[in-house]
Amino acid sequence: MNLEILWFVLIAVLWTGFFFLEGFDFGVSILQFFLGKTEKERGTYISAITPHWSGNEVWLLTAGGAMFAAFPGWYATFFSVLYLPLVILLLALIVRGMCFEIRHRSHVQKLCYACDVALAVSSFFIALLTSVALANFAVGIPIDSNGYFVGHFFDLIQPPVLFSGLLGLSLFLTSGALYLTMKIEGELQIRVCKISKLAVTVSLALFAVAVFFTLGRSLICCAPLIFILAATVLTFMRRLKTAFIMVALCTTCCVAGLFFFMYPNVLVSSVPENSLTIMNTASSPYTLKIMSIVALIFVPIVLAYQIWSYYIFRKRISSRNVHSSEV
Amino acid sequence: MDVIFLSRLQFAITTVYHFLFVPLTIGLALFIAIWETSAYRSGNSEDERVARFWGRLFLLSFSVGVVTGIVQEFQFGMNWSEYSRFVGDVFGAPLAIEALLAFFLESTFLGLWIFGRHILPKSVHIACIWLVVAGSCISSVWILIANSFMQHPVGYTFSNGHAQMTHFWELISNPYFLHQFPHVISASLCTASFFVLGISALKIRQQTEDAYLFQRTFKFALFMGIVGMIGILLSGHLQAQMLSNYQPMKLAAMENLEKTQNPAPLAIVPGVEIPALLSIMVYHKPSGEVKGLDDLQKTMENRFGPGDYKPSVWLTYLSFRVMVLCSGIMVLILFYGIVWNLILGRAMHKKALLLITFGISLPHLANLTGWLLAELGRQPWIIYGLMPTDKAVSVGVSSGEVIFSLLVFLAIYGFLSTVMVYFMRQEISRGCVSKKITRKITNT
Repeated sequence: MNLEILWFVLIAVLWTGFFFLEGFDFGVSILQFFLGKTEKERGTYISAITPHWSGNEVWLLTAGGAMFAAFPGWYATFFSVLYLPLVILLLALIVRGMCFEIRHRSHVQKLCYACDVALAVSSFFIALLTSVALANFAVGIPIDSNGYFVGHFFDLIQPPVLFSGLLGLSLFLTSGALYLTMKIEGELQIRVCKISKLAVTVSLALFAVAVFFTLGRSLICCAPLIFILAATVLTFMRRLKTAFIMVALCTTCCVAGLFFFMYPNVLVSSVPENSLTIMNTASSPYTLKIMSIVALIFVPIVLAYQIWSYYIFRKRISSRNVHSSEV
Repeated sequence: MDVIFLSRLQFAITTVYHFLFVPLTIGLALFIAIWETSAYRSGNSEDERVARFWGRLFLLSFSVGVVTGIVQEFQFGMNWSEYSRFVGDVFGAPLAIEALLAFFLESTFLGLWIFGRHILPKSVHIACIWLVVAGSCISSVWILIANSFMQHPVGYTFSNGHAQMTHFWELISNPYFLHQFPHVISASLCTASFFVLGISALKIRQQTEDAYLFQRTFKFALFMGIVGMIGILLSGHLQAQMLSNYQPMKLAAMENLEKTQNPAPLAIVPGVEIPALLSIMVYHKPSGEVKGLDDLQKTMENRFGPGDYKPSVWLTYLSFRVMVLCSGIMVLILFYGIVWNLILGRAMHKKALLLITFGISLPHLANLTGWLLAELGRQPWIIYGLMPTDKAVSVGVSSGEVIFSLLVFLAIYGFLSTVMVYFMRQEISRGCVSKKITRKITNT
């Protein structure tokens, strides 16, 4: 396997990591607002992700950095084409990051409430925009032979892309709900269990629709549906941990499937001969070799300490007993 | 207004804003790691309260630094896509390595440090904050390696209209980087020292019940401040000498030296010159030629064809002077504090304490003008001698879009500042006395 393809796969892995890890973060961030009746309850839900959210977000930054280093042409076109959506994404990322930081410091109840609202709204937009952005990789963007955007803003939000956004969102909510069922105990957990059944059922329906439309292309499209079906059955059987793993596998299949369809392109143009491909956007073999060595050493280390940090905060939390800042 | 100007303005504003928090965070992380470690060794709860107080301020600064940093990574692709396409093969690698080596380390172990105090064994908990310190230093290493390539490109070749990396080692041992890094790290120490000095001075002046705890941090910051300041002066001097080799245009612009002279004088302010001083600074001897703007312009024209190769002289000239002036005042403050408070052991005057509190802004102003000098002095190049700035901007992005994003960033950064000031004040008035012990959390 040559290095270009290795990096194509690695970037797929980074996006998968982001959608899996930040996926349940987004789900929790949105669900807290609907599930928590009081400030304290919402705080309990949020505290299930506070030690981890920042580390999870780095997966997005690393995916962006890896695209820059390994496929400069891809990074340059993709980021400049999606200029306006990315401005909104950045705005949402800033608001979301600050919510976590100031929520526990606010002594004024209204400010705390505002943080909860802002957290839910910003997470909703990030979840939607990142799903839409990734779907645009594969669906196709009008670009000319230099990799310049020649289309219109509305070319970026065609129905299939918007539907992918919806799929992503439902998957994140399901994943968030199932994550909470494993992290929370007591009355708050019962509420989450109910909502996770609803979320997983809605996801199943949406995936069924998606598969109905894409089945013509390849049988691989069925893979996410099978996993989400398994997750649904397991959720109703109250095998929640296994269900969470199934949702994670479903997320992985979605991203993997997307990259599989793109291959050997990295950005499909609506004019096929202008598509950006792995080979015409990749960095030189020398750069890729250096980057591969760095990745080979440090990706396992990063994975090890991130897993360790989940292990450290593994205990269940309840409203009497939350992770709060100890500084 | 054209896209190039707007994109430059946006990059400048977002970078300057980001860099208000970066050096403060790097320096404070180190201080807190030192205080936590000494609290752990002494077992003294007062030491721990001190470390926690500054930790709360550190976290506010850190979080703004992180969220504004994301904007920086995205902007290369969004506004400078031609640049990214041209140079990604070389420039992308340090950025990706920074994310992989530094960002994961910082954010994961910061989470463990914040929430793990009662869960982790004490020594592991201390190790976490030290890893955050390491992460922030690693981050500055890689971002400065990337910046140094723009200032002084090395280890690359041209191929198919792109820059291609040929020697990774040359890239990371770029002499420009080796000179720049100590300057930035020393500046970070100084920025954090003046932050600690200023807030400690405020609390001492207000004579709050925890004022004695701030006496200690005041003395500590005086010491760290002078260490940082010596580093700044030495590395700054070496950096200016290096410029005469690698970027003579920047050196000539910051001194407004029109004609090549031997020996060259140093202008303190326009009209007041000290003969031969510039030559002495550059060559350590009273003679030596320093190239002037006009000659350098001609050399550049011969090499790259007709065009204006001078940076904005008045801006670089002014930036350099403001930077030096700020450092001068900082030296005086440190000197006064050290002699009066550390050596003679006297209490500081109330008026001096007030002055020191305002002194918090001095290193920030010096950092700002220092970067203006570095980046504006490089113009009209985005990569010195390799790519002009006006060829680097995104082709498909319209000025309307950039105006929109600029307004969005201005609004959100204004909002961030308000939030920051509000919560900084809240934490400062809360002080080291924990009126309300943080909610008990045992993770069982």
